[in-house]
This record gives sequence, C-alpha cells and structure tokens, in this order.
Amino acid sequence: MVEFLQFTLSGVVFGMIYAAVALSLVLIWRGTRLLNYGQGGMAMFTTYVAIEVIYHTGSYWEGFVIALAAGVVLGAICQLTIIRPTMNKPPLNAVIVTIGLLILLEGLAGIFYGGQYRSFPTAFSQAGLRIGGTPLGVSRFDVFVAAAVLVTTLALAVAFRYTSAGLRMRAAAFNATIARLSGIRVARVLTVGWALAGLLGALAGLLVSPSTFLYPNSMDTIFVYGFTAAVIGGLDSPGGAVVGGLLLGIALSYAGGYLHSGANLVPLVALGILVLVLMVRPDGLFSASQVRRV
Amino acid sequence: MSMQTLPRRLGVAVLTAAIVWFLSVKLDTFRDYQIAEVAVEVTAVAGLTVLTGLSGQISLGNGAFMAVGAYTTALLQLHLNWPFVAALVAAAAVTAVAGAIVGVAAARLRGPYLAGATLILGVALPSLAFAYQGIFGADQGLNVVFTAPGFLGATFPLTRWQAWVSTVVALVTLVLLANLCYSRIGRNWRAVRDDEVAAALNGVNVAVTRILAFVVSAVCAGLAGSLLAIVTSLVAPGAFTITLSIALLTAAVIGGLGSLPGALWGSLLIVLVPTYATDLATSHGLSSTVGSNIPIAAYGAVLIFVMLVFPQGIQGGLHRLLTLFTGPDPNARAPRDAPAPHVTPPADEVPASHHEKEGTS
Repeated sequence: MVEFLQFTLSGVVFGMIYAAVALSLVLIWRGTRLLNYGQGGMAMFTTYVAIEVIYHTGSYWEGFVIALAAGVVLGAICQLTIIRPTMNKPPLNAVIVTIGLLILLEGLAGIFYGGQYRSFPTAFSQAGLRIGGTPLGVSRFDVFVAAAVLVTTLALAVAFRYTSAGLRMRAAAFNATIARLSGIRVARVLTVGWALAGLLGALAGLLVSPSTFLYPNSMDTIFVYGFTAAVIGGLDSPGGAVVGGLLLGIALSYAGGYLHSGANLVPLVALGILVLVLMVRPDGLFSASQVRRV
Repeated sequence: MSMQTLPRRLGVAVLTAAIVWFLSVKLDTFRDYQIAEVAVEVTAVAGLTVLTGLSGQISLGNGAFMAVGAYTTALLQLHLNWPFVAALVAAAAVTAVAGAIVGVAAARLRGPYLAGATLILGVALPSLAFAYQGIFGADQGLNVVFTAPGFLGATFPLTRWQAWVSTVVALVTLVLLANLCYSRIGRNWRAVRDDEVAAALNGVNVAVTRILAFVVSAVCAGLAGSLLAIVTSLVAPGAFTITLSIALLTAAVIGGLGSLPGALWGSLLIVLVPTYATDLATSHGLSSTVGSNIPIAAYGAVLIFVMLVFPQGIQGGLHRLLTLFTGPDPNARAPRDAPAPHVTPPADEVPASHHEKEGTS
C-alpha cells in the first residue's frame, strides 16, 4: 500500500514534467499544425545555459530565470529563422526542419559541452518527505516541480482566457484567415506561441534534469513521453495535455515499479499506451475536433 | 532519368557492381570497409526514401528495424548456426512482420502522429536489449562470426568479401525497389501520397497501400541491419540509437526524397563526411568528442538547409543541371523523376488552403 502511494506520487511529479513538454507541443500545434520535434533539443540546450550560469554565479535562481528567458528567445528565433520559411510549403518539410533543429542542437551541445553526464542542482532538498513515519517517495523538490508546472499552466490558462493577447492567440489558432481579416498579426502571434513553448520546454528541462542528468540526448525520452502525453490529450487541448501527462506519468511509474526489469521496459510501455490510445481514439482522448466531427 | 526499363536498371546495377569490384581490389582494407558501410547505408536509405518520398509517410524508427534485422541474424547464427544467406532471408521476413505490425498502426496515423510513434519505436526498441540481457547481451551485444569462403584463398581480405556481399545485397535491393516503384504498387503509393480521397475513389485500397510501403521500407532496413551485423561483427544496442534513424533520414533528404540514385548520393555523404570531419578535427587539435559531434550538428544544419533551400536534394539538382545542358528530355515522364511533388513544389504551386486542409483533417 505504501509502495502504491509512492509510485502514484512520483508518477504525478513526472507526469507534471511530461505535461509541461506536452503543453509546449500543444501551443505550437494549435498555432501552426506542426509538431515541433526540436522541443526536447531546445529544452536540453537551455538547461546547459542554466548549468553554465549556475556554475559561474553560484545562484540556482539566476540560472533558472536565465534559462527560461533563453527558452523564450530560442523559441522566437527558431520560429523566425527556420520555421516561418516552411509555412507555405508541404507539412513534411516543416517536420523535417524541426528534426534538423533537434539534431543540430544536440550536435552543438556535444561540441560545446561534451558528451558526459552532468549532474544538475536542485533548489530544494531531495530527501524523501514523510508523513508520520511513512515515506511518501517524493521530496521537497518534487513538490516544487509539481507546483512550478501547475502555476505556469494556470498562468497561461488565465492569460489565454482573460487577456487580449490571449484572445488574439486563440483567434489565430481557431482560424488564421479570419483572424488575419480581423486585423490580428497572425505571424507575430505564431512567434509568440513558439516563444511560450520555448519557455515551457526550458521549464521542463530545468525540472527533470536533476533526476535524469544532463547530456546532449537527455531530453529525447522526456520529449517522447511529452509527445505521448500530448497525443493522449488530443494535441490541440491544453487541458488534455495536462491530464495526458499525469495519466502517462502515473502509468509509467507503475510500470517501472511493478514490472519485472520494468525500468528498461518503460519506453515500450509508453509506445504501447500511445498505439492503444490512437487505435481506440485516433484524435486523442480530449480532442475538440473529434466532437465536432461527430 | 535513365532508370526506366528493367534492362537499363540491370545494366546500371552490373556497371555499379563492376566499379565496386574494381575499387575493392585496388583500394586498401579501410576503403573496403567504407564500401561495405555505404552498401549497408544505401540499402536502408533506399527503403526510407521510398516510404517517405513515394508513399508520403515519414519514419524515425527505421534504425529500430535495422536492429531487428541485425539481432535476428546474430541470434540465428549464434544458436542455430544458420549460414548468412539463410539468416539474411530470415531477417527480412522478421522485419517484414515487424513492419506490418507498425504499418497497421501507422496506416491510421497522419504525419505528426506517425513520425512520433516511429520515434518512440526508435527510442524504445534498443531498451529491449537491456530488459532481456540473457538473450540480447545488453551493452556488450552479440558477436557475429563471418568469414570469407575457402575457395578465395586464405589470404583474401575479409573486408573485401564483406564489401562484395553487402554490395550485391544492396544492388539487388535497389533493382527490386526500382521495379516496385515503377509498377502498379509504386503508382498507388504516389496516388495515396498526393490525394488519399482521389486514390480511394479510383479503387486504391489506401490502408493496404500504406502498410505495404511500411513493410517494404522495414524489409530494406532489416536487410541493412543483417549486413551491418556481418560487416561490424557485432550487434549491440549502441549502434541503433535514434541518431541512426535520423542519419538515414538525413541521407534520404540530402539525396532527394523518393529518388533511388539520391539514396546512393546521400549514403556516400553520410558515410564519408563523418570520417573526414573526425580526421579534420583531430588534425586541428580538437578533441575526439568535438570531432564525433561535428557530423551530428552538420546533419541537423543540412536537414534544415536542404528543406529550406533545395528540397529536391542532390538528385533533383543533378537532374536540373542535366536538363540545363540537354534541354528537357522529350521521353521523360514528368511524374516519375520529378522528385516527390508532395515534398517539393515551390510555394506558389501549393494552393493556399493546403495547410488548413492538412491540419484540420
């Protein structure tokens, strides 16, 4: 029973990280109908920025904030330089460009920082919390992880619902042509979408790296889980992305905990879940378009 | 442009075989090894370029299919002592089944879902080697014994024999693929790629067509994996990372998606360039980590550059150069050699609604 509680809680924590990655994918997908395979690479790169800043200043929070800012800048630059020129070409071109972005960033990280595994500091203690002597399997830092993603997600949700910039973004995602006719500068809105996605990705990188270590490919599996979470949620639903992330996090945590030699099978379990979801509901569990089509 | 009939294709294959034979005899063992590497690469890339360029499906998991082929070969040889040819055929059969399973799932998935699902396959499959260490030998992998046949003499270099065997398999694969591409099946692939609804209305079974493309591409990857096993004498998970799948995609894109000659140009580049980059880096006093990462960064830069600047790749460029000198070939049937219209049309040819149609479907 204690084990079950521990697996569930740590599943929730990792699920929040997957949710952050999933949300970043959803933000870009809603605006441009493009899945950004470079997201994990971007997150990995900004986390290296954080580690450099922390190393030089000794302050975790300076590194944290600068990495988030770097995520925003990197997202905007990528959209402006390499994504925008593909927008009027067939979708496959843009997909290949984002794959190119991923491998370019991984190669650059390898050149600049080497391939070795680097440990990443945490802001809070990683000692396991207990309630009345029962170990919960999560630490203070894990609580911070969940809270950070939750706060960011809520802030984005509020911004999308109650600010005029958010309204513009929703309009551009809903129908680019009509939005343009109403005087919204859709191209700029898309850049902002990429910048926000960069921010969420950077956050995910900062939060997950203490447990995965940091190396050029360190975000590959996290990206894959984030993608799975986003697909479970339907790719265009921010709420679905969060629920998808949590479901996947918990499921993978059980798989890793209960299955024999489970840790090695976790990626395959994720693949199984993805295929299952897509077979049952090809548009994900929370997709709005599914409802509209029926 | 020149590969339109079976005799011509066979002619080109025999000519290539002769060139490879000449090179392998004249060059040293390291070059022989590189020839074998190119042959392995081109076998896998040809399958991928057909899948992506002709049937319009993208796969980031063909490295995983290579792993399936390689491990099948190694296990059959290790436990049942199968000769290589039998193991090669078995590897093709096993990857065909694996490809069909993935293809069934893939047939229901559109672009982004498909690429993502195959990406997970590429990431997840190598972890099996660690989950079942007793069978697959974890990090250490499995050793493969491969020797040159006795009649060639005791002094015959093994690398030359490896180069010959891989080249023969690669050429046979290419000729078969070329036949397939210009057959009814190839036409169906292009029809499904360009307009699913129109293809279905013309009696093409869209799902079966897509699955078949996946099976063909998986079999090519499986053959390549089987060859890789005998060329490197080792099958270990480290060889089948996601970087391998992306390298295959890079080769297909550089060469020109959908073009079999392009697969050869792309494979030559991604086998030869990393070697030179590493040499160059070490000769300039850079560490080997830098040297080994330069090609990876270069793959990325090239993928972006090619897609933005000349999406037809090398073969498209060659084709354009050729028509520049000779004028348009009156016998050329445009759709055949125009590399992958789905990937390549200039911006102004794409109807404005294209994106929204793709996106909301």
